Amino acid sequence: MAKISSTPLTQWHRSQNARMADFAGYDMPIQYSGIVSEHIATRSAAGLFDISHMGRLRFEGPRADQLLDHVLTRRVLDMKNGQVRYSLICNEEGGVLDDVLVSCLESPSGRGEYFLLVVNASNREKIVRWLQPHLADFPDVTMTDVTDQTAMIAIQGPKAMEICKPLFQSSIENLGYYKSRVTQQMGKPTIISRTGYTGEDGLELIVKAEDAMRVWENILLSGRNLGVVPVGLGARDTLRLEAGMPLYGHELDETVNPYQAELGFAVSLKERSFIGSETLINQQATPSKLKRVGLLIEGMRAARQGATVLDAQSNVIGTITSGSHSPTLNRPIAMAYIDSSKSAVGSTVVIDVRGAKVQAEICSYPFYTRKST
Amino acid sequence: MTIDPKALRYASTHEWVSVDSSGVGTVGISAFAVEELTDLVFMALPKVGVKVVAGEEFGEVESVKAVSPLYSPVSGEVVEVHASLPDQLEILGTDPYTQGWIMKVKLSAPSELDSLMDFEAYEKQCSGS
Repeated sequence: MAKISSTPLTQWHRSQNARMADFAGYDMPIQYSGIVSEHIATRSAAGLFDISHMGRLRFEGPRADQLLDHVLTRRVLDMKNGQVRYSLICNEEGGVLDDVLVSCLESPSGRGEYFLLVVNASNREKIVRWLQPHLADFPDVTMTDVTDQTAMIAIQGPKAMEICKPLFQSSIENLGYYKSRVTQQMGKPTIISRTGYTGEDGLELIVKAEDAMRVWENILLSGRNLGVVPVGLGARDTLRLEAGMPLYGHELDETVNPYQAELGFAVSLKERSFIGSETLINQQATPSKLKRVGLLIEGMRAARQGATVLDAQSNVIGTITSGSHSPTLNRPIAMAYIDSSKSAVGSTVVIDVRGAKVQAEICSYPFYTRKST
Repeated sequence: MTIDPKALRYASTHEWVSVDSSGVGTVGISAFAVEELTDLVFMALPKVGVKVVAGEEFGEVESVKAVSPLYSPVSGEVVEVHASLPDQLEILGTDPYTQGWIMKVKLSAPSELDSLMDFEAYEKQCSGS
């Protein structure tokens, strides 16, 4: 059996009596006070998340951008210091190996840049293996897996920026969406990115493992009168589901192509070639048989991953990929892949929820959009 | 009538039963189970008149995170269900033993009660998990 790793914050989670579980090999908090209360706190104030289980790979060398441009579906060659992009990694058949964030960051020396790839915890080993042969083609590029020597913390919610404002050496107010920079927190280097996985405004931070506890406590201290609460992976899942964001292993896997996942925006085909691009050009031109949709479900019974979606004549037209009670809407919501010809928004479908037939309406997602400030 | 959790019999799957003098058992789930489940959103009850079997599923309870089957601690016929409970699942958080009862079963095999745990044994199981 594989050993379970701790994050630099695992002891703290345990000291708070968080409910813990093994998630992709890490001992992670699922919930502290409860999924619904943590979810609502994130939507109304701010949530603090230990996301140190996410894989962090650092690429250095003169042709690091070329290597990444070759393996990512999104263009990397034109990325400038401080930019973050959401991208996919596809295989030659266009199947999704992972969805990632790639950042271009200033080197600690102040000379030149390096790239940071944040990958899903469950895919980290697979992606490292996938990249090895390509690294051989770029001998001047080094890849370092810095996951275990760093920690990653997200702070998300309408109060997140206000809470973080006093904490960093450089001003964060002018940090744009999907922008990142290297700054300092109490003299310790910190990478901050205006990104997240909740549908809220906020930051994701990467710090050295030994500095994680202090940053975590400083955020809690700074936010104590603004309603910040620690949030576990349970509410992280309900938050991302309401925000319509895909989760690898649910909406994404190697059998899914980016277009049926409605992630065409994360594929730049124009004037470039990369792993999978030839297949992806054809996939883009061919209407997908399946399409990712949102579902608003009647009643209180949630349709979970694997539940079958039927049309009015009881023909199977799709499968649920994620489903849960939505704390914001106070009703069950879900995402599913269904037959494109039956995927019109507003259509009524039937879901087989463990033998019970439940009505649902196809809707667009996100299910929740934050109010702009 | 108030049900005293110390006087109940418990299944390892966290259901309790309280049997009255006429041989009808009132069934619910323990405070420990409610605490473990958290954020309950749905409960499916059995129909009055159906036969339930000790150790077998009679309904389900759903939290935000997951669905959990409910197992009957006793065998017999369902004579009454707490029909309004699914609309006020918060009762389970405040009073899982009296107001939070789920169903009443006319016991067909009262000797099954002997294989259930008493409060002390059940507490021991919960603290060990």
